[in-house]
Amino acid sequence: MARVVVNVPAEAKKGEVIEIRTLAGHPMETGFRRTQLGELVPRDIIRSLVCSYNGVEVFRAELHPAMAANPLLTFTTVATESGTLEFRWSGDNGFSVTEKASIKVV
Amino acid sequence: MISRRHFLLLTGVAIATPVKAQLPPNIAEIRKAALQEAIKKVIGDAQVRQGKVKVDIPPLIDNGNAVPVTVEVESPMTQADHVKAIHLFTERNPQPYVFTAHLGPRAGKARVATRARIADSGDVVAIAQMSDGSFWSESVKVIVTLSACLEEGLI
Repeated sequence: MARVVVNVPAEAKKGEVIEIRTLAGHPMETGFRRTQLGELVPRDIIRSLVCSYNGVEVFRAELHPAMAANPLLTFTTVATESGTLEFRWSGDNGFSVTEKASIKVV
Repeated sequence: MISRRHFLLLTGVAIATPVKAQLPPNIAEIRKAALQEAIKKVIGDAQVRQGKVKVDIPPLIDNGNAVPVTVEVESPMTQADHVKAIHLFTERNPQPYVFTAHLGPRAGKARVATRARIADSGDVVAIAQMSDGSFWSESVKVIVTLSACLEEGLI
């Protein structure tokens, strides 16, 4: 289980644009590197991150090997209602991690 | 009797040759063509206009393995007029793609920040796809002193 961190404000005003920061612990092996014996290291990356707000998708990103290791993604969303934000990372070799964060909208 | 100078010269050539053999001589054009093709895949036959997009990236990168990049697009982000997607490409990487972010009116602001790997000095291109079907872009030239994926000798 890979370590992931999400940063969502605990409380926000209705209609406010909130910033969400996500970080996933992953080497993001590019598939272009070789070992000392000259063998290619197979690609192993996170391919996508989906963020849903109370079940509605608000942000989706497709990642490629040119993303740095431990991919960090910062994006925004409008605080519409109290509830949970769900983040799902998926990638090569069956990588799949889900993280939840709750937000209170006043 | 082989002199030391001679020996070094010979070994130097022997070491340099296999690395060179991996690289086609027209690598720069190949990379440029790959970038154009990747952009074409995104935009189709549409026209790309300069403007609206702002790429915030350090112009001089000392470590290409983790380069902070922020892409911001001018847009009211309403149901009628919003940014549908932001694409980021680099010119000199083995593959031009970095990321594609799909946004919608619920994003509130069209702003995405991340960290990229950049293999060599060249252009970094961001393209924004608007809800009305238009494309806007900005291209930034960067200088990389320590490359990402250098050991491969692909650059």
